Amino acid sequence: MFDRKELERIEADRRRWEDTTLKESLKRLPECREKFITVSGEPVQRLYTPADIAGVDFNRDIGWPGEFPFTRGVHPTMYRSRPWTMRMFAGFGTAEETNARFKYLLKHGETGLSVAFDMPTLYGYDTDAPEAAGEFGKCGVAVSSLADMEILFDGIPMGEITTSMTINAPAAVIWAMYLVAAEKQGWKMEQLGGTIQNDILKEYIAQKEFLFPPKPSMRLIVDTIEFGSKHVPKWNTISISGYHIREAGATAAQELAFTLADGMTYVEWAMQRGLDVDEFAPRLSFFFNAHMDFFEEIAKYRAARRIWAKVMRDKFGAKNPRSWWLRFHTQTAGCSLTAQQPENNIVRTALEALSAVLGGTQSLHTNSMDEALALPSEKAVTIALRTQQIIAHESGVVNTVDPLAGSFFVEALTNRMEEEANRYFREIEALGGVLPAIEKGYFQRQIAESAYRYQREIDTKSRVVVGVNEYVAEEPLEIPLLEMDREGERRQIARLQRVRAERNNEAVSQKLAALEEAARGTQNLMPFIIEAVREYATLGEICDVFRKVFGEYREPVYF
Amino acid sequence: MPEEKIRILIAKPGLDGHDRGAKVIARALRDAGMEVIYTGLRQTPEMIVEAALQEDVDAIGLSILSGAHMTLFPRVIQLLKEKGLDDVLVFGGGIIPDQDVPELKRLGVRGIFGPGTSTDTIVEFVREEIRRHRAGEPRQ
Repeated sequence: MFDRKELERIEADRRRWEDTTLKESLKRLPECREKFITVSGEPVQRLYTPADIAGVDFNRDIGWPGEFPFTRGVHPTMYRSRPWTMRMFAGFGTAEETNARFKYLLKHGETGLSVAFDMPTLYGYDTDAPEAAGEFGKCGVAVSSLADMEILFDGIPMGEITTSMTINAPAAVIWAMYLVAAEKQGWKMEQLGGTIQNDILKEYIAQKEFLFPPKPSMRLIVDTIEFGSKHVPKWNTISISGYHIREAGATAAQELAFTLADGMTYVEWAMQRGLDVDEFAPRLSFFFNAHMDFFEEIAKYRAARRIWAKVMRDKFGAKNPRSWWLRFHTQTAGCSLTAQQPENNIVRTALEALSAVLGGTQSLHTNSMDEALALPSEKAVTIALRTQQIIAHESGVVNTVDPLAGSFFVEALTNRMEEEANRYFREIEALGGVLPAIEKGYFQRQIAESAYRYQREIDTKSRVVVGVNEYVAEEPLEIPLLEMDREGERRQIARLQRVRAERNNEAVSQKLAALEEAARGTQNLMPFIIEAVREYATLGEICDVFRKVFGEYREPVYF
Repeated sequence: MPEEKIRILIAKPGLDGHDRGAKVIARALRDAGMEVIYTGLRQTPEMIVEAALQEDVDAIGLSILSGAHMTLFPRVIQLLKEKGLDDVLVFGGGIIPDQDVPELKRLGVRGIFGPGTSTDTIVEFVREEIRRHRAGEPRQ
């Protein structure tokens, strides 16, 4: 962007400034700390100048929104044409309670749904399974059969709203329940829009909610990708997620690199199935964390788009520009919230949300202030939603596309993110790819290392967390926490038993047997799962078939 | 005579996969000179107590963020009693609401550490509790 003469002049001037103005100033006013680092522990310079982005070519590296390499965003006009989707992750207790919360959020201006499932559901167990003891409805809503899914979306037009579902190991089953519930409301599959998270690689890497070994899990995912591209064309069949990798302790660059490496692995598997990359790649979506380091996060999102565009075009030969797009959802960092002085979390979330918007996110969840203590109360979730609305309507940041482009600091950070990601790609490649690296514990060790470093920074106060290790105040909690229906579990189990008693059990056995046979072969399993779900086979029953055929995965233990 | 090393089991009961805290604590206790055994994920109370017995530990640290602590912690305590392991120090951490703490303490969970606790605090807690126990001092 600058010619060599200009850069030489700037460099000379920088040295002059350091020897005069800066030197004088430091004598009177030394800097507070010896080194300044990001949340990820990366050093930050005092000042950035054109010299720090000397290699940047505007058209090649920054370019134009809506055009390769999409550093500035995937849409030419970004939020001037359409604001991001305000999508609040919600779910607790019974389907009835969560249905009421969905309606409340829609009434208050939410524009998309996002379902949180409880632990037993995430692990493919019915509410009355022994493994589910004590876990009902605690981290999300329990969905054990189609009957629960029908109640969850009762009175919500499933063909008009888009729904994201955070479900991974049993994603194919829960998606099938959604498709059949929508069909019962009268919608066609091609009308339905939404996302299933369906990202098992990051489960092995970070969130640990896996069921089966990696290879059969990957097969199920490719089955959903294939089925979606043919029958549910508006559905994002996977949301390749860095969020949980970050929550487990990864740095920004690790989150970026591990997520994109996972993405490349899904593309490779789908292409090996014989799918045309341009047939499925436009439906791949991503999910990133927004942590507290404002500029580091913005650089991460910008670098993510640029890397993915290059990978899809140059490595995988995708020709459809839509296949080059990295579209992403963002959630503010749960791990940045504090249980102490929880009202402060409103401010943290606002800053994090702002970074996601300045980084060009397509949809956003803002955490509630009480989430280090419990599931969010209605009051807390409303403030979190209002935070997004204030950014969208009052702050003015939506008026122009990619407002931070050209900032010496942001462009230099964006470049550094890309370089670091490429370094991690080479390390993963050297281990034989993502699956072997998981089995060798590479990611798990990298993340544990970063998490420990971060915790020690807080323990030794080299990093200040307000209300935790500085500005501590012993004060009673003044915010109301969510109270759940104490009878919910009993009612859910009663419904489950009624479903099992009233359905056509012969048909259920037949459909489960057909599913088992298909699972032992190589056919796409989605049609078999849909058939079983339609007969009200439960989540646990279907996953038991898979547990039997595929086995269960146990991870190597590291700390 | 050099003091006997503290042996400690860090365990993840239930289905909860959030192991960041458990691993950080395991590492901090190890760095503080203790012998740490980490169970890995998805342990039933039975598996945890069996591991405590086999490994002959002085203490068990339970980490849970899913909200199932009021079911799983009491079960661990009860099984420890049944196996005659009442003198093993039990403490816990994770997302545990204040209102649940008195009941857990009454049952015999000696310490509950929520988000924001310094690892140094936990190291000190374990050292002090084990020192008292070894010295034959009554638990406070």
